[in-house]
Amino acid sequence: MSKTNMTRRGVLKTGAVAGAGVALPTIFTASSAAAYTNEPTGGSVTLGFNVPQTGPYADEGMDELRAQELAVEHLNGGGDGGMMNTFSSKALKGNGILGKKVEFVTGDTQTKSDAARASAKSMIEKDGAIMINGGSSSGVAIAVQGLCQDAGVIFMAGLTHSNDTTGKDKKANGFRHFFNGYMSGAALAPVLASAYGKDRNAYHLTADYTWGWTQQESIAAATEAMGWNTVNNVLTPLASTDFSSYIAPVLNSGADVLVLNHYGGNMVNSLTNAIQFGLRDKVVNGKNFEIVVPLYSELMAAGAGENVQGVIGSMNWNWQLQDEGSKAFVKSFGEKYGRPPSNSAHTCYVQTMLYADACERAGTFNPCGVAEALEGFEFDGMGNGPTLYRADDHQCFKDVLVMKGKDNPSNEYDTLEILEVTPRAQVEYAPDHPMFAGGDLGSCNAG
Amino acid sequence: MDAIILQILNGLDKGSAYALIALGLTLIFGTLGVVNFAHGALFMIGAFCAVTLSKLLNLSFETIDPTQTDFLGNPLKVKTPYVIEWFGMDTGSAIIDWAVPLAILFSIPIMICVGFIMERGLIKHFYKREHADQILVTFGLAIVLQEVIKYFYGANPIPTPAPDVFKGSFDFGTMLGFDPNVIIYPYWRLVYFFFSAVVIGGVFAFLQFTTFGMVVRAGMADRETVGLLGINIDKRFTIMFGVAAAVAGLAGVMYAPINSPNYHMGMDFLVLSFVVVVVGGMGSLPGAVLAGFLLGILESFASMNEIKSLIPGIDQIIIYVVAIIILLTRPRGLMGRKGVMEE
Repeated sequence: MSKTNMTRRGVLKTGAVAGAGVALPTIFTASSAAAYTNEPTGGSVTLGFNVPQTGPYADEGMDELRAQELAVEHLNGGGDGGMMNTFSSKALKGNGILGKKVEFVTGDTQTKSDAARASAKSMIEKDGAIMINGGSSSGVAIAVQGLCQDAGVIFMAGLTHSNDTTGKDKKANGFRHFFNGYMSGAALAPVLASAYGKDRNAYHLTADYTWGWTQQESIAAATEAMGWNTVNNVLTPLASTDFSSYIAPVLNSGADVLVLNHYGGNMVNSLTNAIQFGLRDKVVNGKNFEIVVPLYSELMAAGAGENVQGVIGSMNWNWQLQDEGSKAFVKSFGEKYGRPPSNSAHTCYVQTMLYADACERAGTFNPCGVAEALEGFEFDGMGNGPTLYRADDHQCFKDVLVMKGKDNPSNEYDTLEILEVTPRAQVEYAPDHPMFAGGDLGSCNAG
Repeated sequence: MDAIILQILNGLDKGSAYALIALGLTLIFGTLGVVNFAHGALFMIGAFCAVTLSKLLNLSFETIDPTQTDFLGNPLKVKTPYVIEWFGMDTGSAIIDWAVPLAILFSIPIMICVGFIMERGLIKHFYKREHADQILVTFGLAIVLQEVIKYFYGANPIPTPAPDVFKGSFDFGTMLGFDPNVIIYPYWRLVYFFFSAVVIGGVFAFLQFTTFGMVVRAGMADRETVGLLGINIDKRFTIMFGVAAAVAGLAGVMYAPINSPNYHMGMDFLVLSFVVVVVGGMGSLPGAVLAGFLLGILESFASMNEIKSLIPGIDQIIIYVVAIIILLTRPRGLMGRKGVMEE
């Protein structure tokens, strides 16, 4: 009769160790088999495009996805090459990245941090994505940026405007091409002072989350520096749909300007409500009452319809720009999709191109090599004039657009007009600026 | 004082929407005993009836204008609505401008049909099932409906303005002796409030003063006895489902100019409307209306800066706090009846 040494405790211990081994995410074990996370071994490389495909920002996400697909087409030598023809760096050859054909997978952020992290994680672990790009929310961007830092892949942020993304929440593996709240304030304040005067009382309605807080802080600081007085700042729940009870007291507050620190559906509804209350028809303190929307997007403007007419705001980029890069991108995008691209589409396209270019210049997909190539990179021909990817915080510095709702739009895309192209020098700030304090870039993680 | 009047006015239009949706919910629950989580979707479909009619009236033919160019530099295709071509600029523009009020007529048959299909096609199979099953299936249906709308109309809000004559606001304060601009109120929200009052009054009159309504009320009180009298109560209840759908749809049509319709707007109202029904008392039509206006006004008051500075975040939870207090003190809600949703 044979006797084994197997005991109940032994089985449990073995099971626990084996279970932990199986459960351990491949994200933490991949480094033992490769030099860095998802090192490409075959003839192709996979990029992960993480955009809202469902939920309230699904239309914006679809536009980002269109631009990302266009970028992949151009990287692989298809189409007319778009901005590759105008990009100041000539490292990209139209033969993929480092000779490998570019493929992509997509994830749905749903504009929810947990869903965005889950989809990014899935693309990294299951699909082998070497880079994550896209998104339409600062909360999502900050969450995914943290995940990419831990996973050892590069994160090229999409539409994220909170100061925190490259401020207190900045990461060594994360890069933002889009502008931020501080830049909006710096660009808008002189235009607002010129258009509406320096003796103004502003009432802020602010979405109650990271983006709203930092934008309000930035706009209030910039306009106060111009002589405006901030009468009140009311935080509104993100889930609000009817803003009438927040708008009704505005006229009685002594304010003659309403600043709507809202984005997406919040902005469409709050602006519509403000127009319904006839605020722009009123005269307060002897001045015409004005409304300001610091962050515009084409889709929001379309959603608000005629309510945006005459309302001033800011944007990262607009299809009406007449520089060679913008014209090339609008032509490629317009001919392929029959519509002009949005500014979120532009930033996602440019980020994909910048990542590919950095890989080529670095000669590797290793995220630490790519990050080094992006840090301090000066470039032009991508639609925003001469641009710097600052090494200190991985924020792009470039011109900012001040926009105004068009009075007589000729078609559904013609909702906004460019009021001013604010030069880059006017929106720059020191890396240790108090509005961006508290974070640590840390060191690059290759997985 | 002015701030109080202002918030009461604000609460009235919000309460109007809550009351109309809750009225339909209560009608369905009171007649068919179904907890219909797809009711918010009916409100949303109503709003999209306004969007659809607006789009239909704006159906256009294209002509090439060689003097202008599009974003690609090609000659611009200028769109002219057929309505303007057929009726001339003044009449055609006026018809397009009045798309939302016209959508009231457009939406009623559509909403009754949607309600009928929903009830006959799906919900009737769940009459004898647990409330949890009914909630699951109707919630699933709501998600399906909103995804269908998103497929056809996209996720972005679609501006659907009120007629020009109702744009802007009037100075209610000066009528009461206050300074100018102290109490202003948009014209369309006032229209919405009166419209809701008419619809609510119409539903009550229909139930109170018609034979059909009397039978329905009798069926709500004692379904079996009415059935024993040889009356086909199921058929009448199905019609009431259509009426409830039409009420929700009308609420949605007229709400379209207040906030640009999007596929998710039904869900935004659904949970609040259920709270309204529970606070008003399950199965009580007057309770639903009373609670709708009460909670709408309280929600407005909770948004006041003075209140928010005392209790931060109160604007987000006020409805639920009031619901807890009322259910603790009056477990059947404000006007709930004994035996409804009680084993």
